[in-house]
Amino acid sequence: MSDPTSGSLVTTPPPEQPGIVADTAPVDAGLPKAKRDKPRGLLGDAWYDLRRKPLFWISAGFITLFVLIAAFPFLFTSGSPTSGSLSRSLEGPGSSGWFGYDIQGQDIYSRVIYGARASILVAVSATLGTVLLGGLVGVIAGFRGGWVDALLSRIADVFFGIPFVLGAIVILFSLNPRGAGSNEWKIMGLVILALVMLTWPVAMRIMRSSVLAAKQADYVVAARAMGASNTRIIFKHLIPNCLAPVLVYSTILVGAYIGAEATLSFLGVGLQSPVVSWGVMISDSQQYIRVAPYWLLFPSAFLVTAVLSFVMLGEAVREALDPKLR
Amino acid sequence: MSNVYVADQPEAAREGRPSGRLLEVEDLRVEFRTRDGVAKVINGVTYHVDAGETLAVLGESGSGKSVTAQTIMGILDTPPGFVTGGEVRFHGKDMLKMSGEERRRIRGEGIAMVFQDALSALNPVFTVGFQIAEQFRIRRGMSRRDAKKRAVEMLDQVKIPNAQQRLNEYPHQFSGGMRQRVMIAMSLALDPEVLIADEPTTALDVTVQAQIMDLLADLQRERHMGLILITHDLGVVADVADRIAVMYAGRIVEEGDVHELYAKPAHPYTLGLLESIPRIDEKGQQLRTIRGLPPSLLNIPSGCPFHPRCPMAQPICPEKVPPLLQLGPTRASACHFAEELVQRD
Repeated sequence: MSDPTSGSLVTTPPPEQPGIVADTAPVDAGLPKAKRDKPRGLLGDAWYDLRRKPLFWISAGFITLFVLIAAFPFLFTSGSPTSGSLSRSLEGPGSSGWFGYDIQGQDIYSRVIYGARASILVAVSATLGTVLLGGLVGVIAGFRGGWVDALLSRIADVFFGIPFVLGAIVILFSLNPRGAGSNEWKIMGLVILALVMLTWPVAMRIMRSSVLAAKQADYVVAARAMGASNTRIIFKHLIPNCLAPVLVYSTILVGAYIGAEATLSFLGVGLQSPVVSWGVMISDSQQYIRVAPYWLLFPSAFLVTAVLSFVMLGEAVREALDPKLR
Repeated sequence: MSNVYVADQPEAAREGRPSGRLLEVEDLRVEFRTRDGVAKVINGVTYHVDAGETLAVLGESGSGKSVTAQTIMGILDTPPGFVTGGEVRFHGKDMLKMSGEERRRIRGEGIAMVFQDALSALNPVFTVGFQIAEQFRIRRGMSRRDAKKRAVEMLDQVKIPNAQQRLNEYPHQFSGGMRQRVMIAMSLALDPEVLIADEPTTALDVTVQAQIMDLLADLQRERHMGLILITHDLGVVADVADRIAVMYAGRIVEEGDVHELYAKPAHPYTLGLLESIPRIDEKGQQLRTIRGLPPSLLNIPSGCPFHPRCPMAQPICPEKVPPLLQLGPTRASACHFAEELVQRD
């Protein structure tokens, strides 16, 4: 009954892969093989998977491009985003200005390029902040439960209850009163702060509910039965298994934040001219949509491409992180 | 056991392994405080397991066999579960009085547990190799390379073919039986002295069940472990167990050596369980069952909890709780009429 081969009755071992045999044969192939055999862990396997996804390379390519534009806008245009001549006001796309000129005669192409920095910086930092803050609070609330959970959830509810636009106006007005010299970086920081403060409860709720579900899972109980510490359970069991929903949410958030930043600019509390951002351009162009549709079109196209790249990247990463899809 | 031709047991009689009482549960009481009232799930359970011995804990769903195991492991959900009395002694030390950190150190290295459903008990996002090796890295401070080597050895020990390659696979890529082997490898990684297997074969099909039971029996013998096998399947335990404890409504109703207990049950409940096994020589006849349902733990019947279902119930049964009385050196039964039952036939 306890014959050592009895195991093979149930699961036939996978047939020897010719490739693996060939790999092991030469002596000097030992190093790469050892490398492949070592347990790669979650991130290692995810990376191995990502490398073969065209979706990942396309979106990563676009994001790299946008990051380059944001960091070194002068490499992409020699024009100035803020100086214009009124003689070119509302001149359509042509050989001198590829994307046309706005009402002030400013080059739309230069403005789109220079606007990437504020838009992407605000959106990405605010997303990171939201996911880190919301995720951390969510894990703590879900894992500790009891009064800790109740307290943190109520605090989150308070922030969740503040209407977004109203809350953002209050935060930006009270921290940056009109007339108090508008430093570009300071306003960007405040916009990021307002976005994070008003949306972290959503990330927190997503994380908390995933943690609550995963906490009951047998593998967490089993880990505890094997003597794993709380820290270990949180970092090795809960977070890897609860990351996917928050990750998906965060990719959508990047797009939403670029739009939210535009809303705040439109309302006159966010970034203001002379600071350029896609949101500022979109809100400026709205009154001229019939006369100069290209003024709205080009920043919007950049915004949509950027948002789409982040969403695609998020999707690819999520798939790579789920072993069942491998 | 069938393993006659394995003459040399490489790891048998390990040096330094104490052979006395390893784990003793004494008069354990656990209740679940629910919205509907207090459910007394464990009402004074006493059992023990020695090194190199297999104790089978038998009982229907809701008899408290798994909750006892959870209490031993310290993974009881609190709330709603509360330990209200009794002791769980490991090497003579009461675990219920230990600090959280002390108990945590016993888990895995002193007492480990195999769960019923290995698919949900393995972390889906890590390879099995990583999960086994992790224990060696964290608890034994091994390097990645050494831990991986040990993980391959563990998979070999539970007879997983192609261990080297399967190390990098994820739990969902294994079949049910193989997955349970992984689970066993994982719980044995830190060389525990007591292994609790909570219905290890329930989620598997019948042919695989026998293999897993054999594997557990072999490993138990090789490592001279104490094994607590929790099951509701009488067929499963007959070959493997040394002693059996039968539980009903949070109490031990009968305990004894496996052969004696099967030959001459000393409690009507055990008798009923044994009679309800389908038998090939009774083909065409009606399957015998124990009438009625297990009692609600919110409202346990007075006296002997089994009396409403007992075919032998007498007026004394609802009046007085029968104590678990010793019938012989290895036998005990909690029935007013235990002596008569044993002397029957």
